Amino acid sequence: MKFLEKYLHKMEPHFIKGGKYEKWNPLFETLATFAFTPKLVTTKGTHIRDGVDLKRTMFTVVIALIPCLLFGIYNTGHWEYAVAEGNRDIPYFAEMGAKFLTGLTIVLPVVIVSYGVGLTIEFIFGMLRGHSLHEGFLVSGMLIPLTMPADVPLWMVAIATAFAVIIGKEIFGGTGMNVVNIALTARAFLFFAYPTSMSGDKVWMSGLGDKMSTNSADLDGFSGATALGDLASFMSDKATVAGETVQSSMALQNFSTEYGVWESFVGMIPGSIGETSTLACLIGGLLLVLTGVGSLRIILSFFAGGFVMGLLLNAIGGNPYLDLAAHHHLVIGGFAFGAVFMATDPVTASQTAFGKIIYGFLGGLLAIMIRVLNPAYPEGVFLAILFMNIMAPIIDHYIIQANINRRLKRLKTA
Amino acid sequence: MSNTISIRKGLNIRLVGEAKKEIKDIPVSKTVGVSPLDFHGLTPKLVVKEGDNVQIGDVLFFDKKEASVKFISPVSGTIESIVRGEKRRILNVLIATDGKQTAKKFDVSKASSFNSEETKALLLATGFWSSIKQRPLDVIANPNNEAKAMFVSSFDSAPLAPDYEYILGDDIGNLQKGFDALSTLTGGKVHLSSRPNSIFSKINGVKHHTFDGVHPAGNVGTQMHHIDPVNKGEFVWSINIQEVAAIGRLINEGTVSSSRKIALTGSELKNPTYVNVSKGTEMSTILDKGIVGSNVRYISGNVLTGDQKNLTDFIGYYHNQITVIPEGNEYKFFLTSGWLGHGFDKFSNSRLFPTFLLPKSKKFTLDTNTNGEERAFVVSGELERVFPFDILPVQLTKAAITQDIDGMENLGIYEVAPEDFALCEYVCTTKINIQDKIRQGLDLIASECM
Repeated sequence: MKFLEKYLHKMEPHFIKGGKYEKWNPLFETLATFAFTPKLVTTKGTHIRDGVDLKRTMFTVVIALIPCLLFGIYNTGHWEYAVAEGNRDIPYFAEMGAKFLTGLTIVLPVVIVSYGVGLTIEFIFGMLRGHSLHEGFLVSGMLIPLTMPADVPLWMVAIATAFAVIIGKEIFGGTGMNVVNIALTARAFLFFAYPTSMSGDKVWMSGLGDKMSTNSADLDGFSGATALGDLASFMSDKATVAGETVQSSMALQNFSTEYGVWESFVGMIPGSIGETSTLACLIGGLLLVLTGVGSLRIILSFFAGGFVMGLLLNAIGGNPYLDLAAHHHLVIGGFAFGAVFMATDPVTASQTAFGKIIYGFLGGLLAIMIRVLNPAYPEGVFLAILFMNIMAPIIDHYIIQANINRRLKRLKTA
Repeated sequence: MSNTISIRKGLNIRLVGEAKKEIKDIPVSKTVGVSPLDFHGLTPKLVVKEGDNVQIGDVLFFDKKEASVKFISPVSGTIESIVRGEKRRILNVLIATDGKQTAKKFDVSKASSFNSEETKALLLATGFWSSIKQRPLDVIANPNNEAKAMFVSSFDSAPLAPDYEYILGDDIGNLQKGFDALSTLTGGKVHLSSRPNSIFSKINGVKHHTFDGVHPAGNVGTQMHHIDPVNKGEFVWSINIQEVAAIGRLINEGTVSSSRKIALTGSELKNPTYVNVSKGTEMSTILDKGIVGSNVRYISGNVLTGDQKNLTDFIGYYHNQITVIPEGNEYKFFLTSGWLGHGFDKFSNSRLFPTFLLPKSKKFTLDTNTNGEERAFVVSGELERVFPFDILPVQLTKAAITQDIDGMENLGIYEVAPEDFALCEYVCTTKINIQDKIRQGLDLIASECM
């Protein structure tokens, strides 16, 4: 490594102020500080510093996302196979290697586009502002692909990422300054700008859209719907489950057969690339909580909020949609993914300890409320989190005000 | 005796290089320096000029804004030079010592019956007033204000800090005299906070408190907050316990003693130990060839709040400790000792490093590398874990950064000193110089609100 270090030393004068490639300093600095923790020393204040830095923190989140990514790749491959066979019920754990490779060919380009576009924009802003890459996008760049439907066109991923990075983050000042979660901004952008590509029955399985338009005869009785899509259809009198029209009273039972709690928990259902497996999310969540990067308060209260709302709706009851068991809500529709990876984003979540509990609880509550009571937006989780991102400063405001009032009260009683 | 207050939010940074309990006498260095920069916000007005002869206790300069606050010579000798910086700012008053250590006599015959004003006058005349700090602002106390209470901490919980029970163990008599004098100074109580089962519980005439737990339990700011917090418009004073003993010695003997016992600590010292030195002694005289490496940082004070010094500089006025640690001015390859390394060599309060798995007895050699670059605040809940105040540290720091005076007032700026934020600064993932931000906030408050 001495060789690399020497080389960097040799190159450094070209990139500092007055050097040949002064303009490219952010790029050089990013690469150099990636390979070597720089030789910066403390100048004022404490003479020693904790080992932790933002690179390690963000890298840990990327590691935590790997179970979701791997499972997502496999799951995408599986549903591609299901489409090819025209049968939703092909065995899940068969031909695993082939499925994984197929999934890889679909998911990898999305990941590459997301990182490629996002990092390019971040570098441009870094060069404009004269600073190296700030690490926030390392995480956003992985989250964005995982929230996309498998069949999403790559150009959409590109503009969604560009929109999220520029409008969601850089105009506010970059990493640490954004108001709403970057990855969810990207998803929301696509959801409202290209609704046909982000919702409905055709987008969740790779290749399904093409096949339906060319060779629909093969797909008689085949549904590309997700759990949420089918759930939404319960609201109509004649519900469809897996493409078959059934009586409303039968719907819930059929739904539970099609999307069993266990299957949903493991993630063997169609959905966005990385969100289907509650199990994978929880493994990642465990890493985040153990390392202290993710807030246990937010994760738990988010689940609690969703569960409480589920129970409330069960209590009202009356149609199968309201009757779906509360715990079942927590394992479908990216609820766990939102709780573990989106709601816990420290920049956009509440920053006070008690605020985090309120923020998480209301987030979970709203997610299920939107999902059930407004079937136009069954993907309630991301809308709820975006809404709570905006509300988080207000929650914090009241917590801070309570702290201020305690101090004022002390002054009065003194 | 009151109940034990246990401080759970905090961090003991376990460093190599604790001082052995032996005392070595260090002779007075040939040159001794008194720096006005040791006193934050002070504008000094000189009373001596080069060539003047001084004794211990002779005034060197006083505070231009509050002329009664005087700063004295810790040694006898001749004024060698006045070192000035930009805009003729006085950086140091250098005194060539004569080795005799003759001291000016003060009349203390009636000291035991002094009232508040007389005690104040004695402390001002003998230069001890500069040891009394006030909150708000963390500057030398303004003698014209009435303090609601006085706080003394009998232990220092900072990394490698000196053990005052060891230093003052045979000085209880002087200490008692000192506390007697301090108790006349304010209308309020004198609060003395100690570890459980402290030898200082014998002291009479003070209100005893017991503090247990992790650093910053020994910081006087922490103790104030848990005993009797400062509100807007109030003043509290604090003084280091070794200075209290020195005040007692003044009252017993009639002369100012500038000799202090300090701890020499840090991983780069061959022989970390306690030493007996005069205030203002040159660093090189104290450390005299006892350093292991060459690429080291000399710190007057502890690693969290001390000042960086050269060997030709002098020990800081408020410091009872010198720490020498390695400099960290080298690249660290990311997989071995850099940001993605195994991290067994790093001490972290975050569970991203394996520190929390290692036994509590494991001690660390830490260097001055920042271990990362500065970023905007990202992580939340991190500073709160080491900040045992009912104050929101991130929000207060942000108010200080944005110069939001109302915000700072509301969020508790009057209670805090930069040193209270030292641990926050240490653990901060985004490497923000929090103590400096708080100091700038306090300066703004001083100029706008006081």
